[in-house]
Amino acid sequence: MTLLNLENPCYSCRFFADSPFYVRIVRYIPIGVLFDLLCADPERPWNLTVHFRGYPADILSPCEGEDSVKWNYNNSLKEAAFIITGNSKNVMNMSQADQLAMWESVRKGDLNSYMNISTKLKLGPFEEDFLVRTSSLGSRQGSDEPESPGSVKPCRVPVRLYVRRVQEDLEYLEDAIPVSDWESVSYINRPFEIRKEEGRRITTLEHALETLLPEFFGSKPTARAAGPEPAAATPDSAPDDSDTTPGTPRDREPASASPQEMDVAKRA
Amino acid sequence: MGSSSACDGTLSLDEFNASAKALVTKWRGIDVDALPDWEWRPCRKMGVPSETEGFVALEGVYRIRAGSQIEESSDDPVPDDDVVGHDTSVQSSRDNVHLYDFHIVYSFSYKVPVLYFQGLQAGMHISEHYWIFTSSASFLIANVCNLSLGGQLLTLDEIKKDLPPHSLQLLNESKWTFITREEHPHLSRPWFTLHPCGTSDWMKLLLHKLGDKDRSLQYLPAWLSVAGQAVGLKIPLKLYCSS
Repeated sequence: MTLLNLENPCYSCRFFADSPFYVRIVRYIPIGVLFDLLCADPERPWNLTVHFRGYPADILSPCEGEDSVKWNYNNSLKEAAFIITGNSKNVMNMSQADQLAMWESVRKGDLNSYMNISTKLKLGPFEEDFLVRTSSLGSRQGSDEPESPGSVKPCRVPVRLYVRRVQEDLEYLEDAIPVSDWESVSYINRPFEIRKEEGRRITTLEHALETLLPEFFGSKPTARAAGPEPAAATPDSAPDDSDTTPGTPRDREPASASPQEMDVAKRA
Repeated sequence: MGSSSACDGTLSLDEFNASAKALVTKWRGIDVDALPDWEWRPCRKMGVPSETEGFVALEGVYRIRAGSQIEESSDDPVPDDDVVGHDTSVQSSRDNVHLYDFHIVYSFSYKVPVLYFQGLQAGMHISEHYWIFTSSASFLIANVCNLSLGGQLLTLDEIKKDLPPHSLQLLNESKWTFITREEHPHLSRPWFTLHPCGTSDWMKLLLHKLGDKDRSLQYLPAWLSVAGQAVGLKIPLKLYCSS
């Protein structure tokens, strides 16, 4: 995951315009997700125009520095840990050094360093029966609460979706009208609960999306969604997910909601 | 999933909706002087208001900071019981009025309500104010007009000035773990929020004496008694009296 960072001592803001349409880009969202969401026709390099004047202070409060972004990330991680294990202890008990190293790896987009630390958090994989046993966290220094032995619950996967609606009867996604307003993007932050069901051996992303976005999976799906949150997308947390191409960094992979694209993705 | 809120301090979406609507109704029924009404806002899916999801909003809460420049007129207030003195002075207190919006939104991740809030720097012109003295206290009522709403959004440092002392202390200990910035689930903008990760623990304590039926309806008022305090919202005691 990479965050776009412009250090400007005079005007610390992360507000961009992508000509000819102005889009207020929200600074906590990874750049890859933004790119997938806003560039239907992938252009490389992605041309951005940065504004240093005319900051829209009535709709966007000033950026409060890298700290606020770092804590937003940490809080997302805590939330993901809470969803997966039922508490945030593993994140809260991270050593200072680990916390720093993790943030550095996020800043620099260094996947290897990130993996070294995130595997210590033990955020998966889930057992075969899709149940999480809360006593399996392992010993952590400074944890005073006794683990309750043998408590199980169905496992939940953290999912964040940014959904952009396009006009109907679109043959090529590249022909979609570009996003002109961030408000036309819907944000859904909702965990998906994996339940063991008859006749369903594995849980796919499509099934998760159908559950989380039932209104888009009627007769005419018209939405294109960008990928799940990084904590959920690490390979060790969702081993049953069968519809992403192996070897691709998952947090940059768009999860399309249209059935044609879903079929293509599943065959990969 | 309509699981019982009961013993673990969490609540389901249905319970949240029911508790929220009960809060809105009860609030409207009591006479709350200094605060507007809570309103239920359904969230919109594909442009259509949802029947099953929404949040509760309290908007337009003023914080007028004491110590703004007041030019006294020649009428000196007389400190007798129940005397109303009338001062007229013109004052521009642009920097001292903050306007807040509070939203209570359900979190699917933590299965608890979460408080989202933001503040605006409002431009304001006080044209008249009244001093009222009683034997036990004196306080100022400002008659506000010409409130302009085109103000700037407040940063956390600016909001700090409106927070009660114990919240300030928590903030000083760790700036971004108590109050954080999150994308508002329904409004596509980053708002401030009270971090929800301890909520179910203290809700368990607050609710443990109540029976099942009362527990889910009383959830939000009980929760608000704590969350409101953290942001300086004075919740009237009448909310907790059985009607």
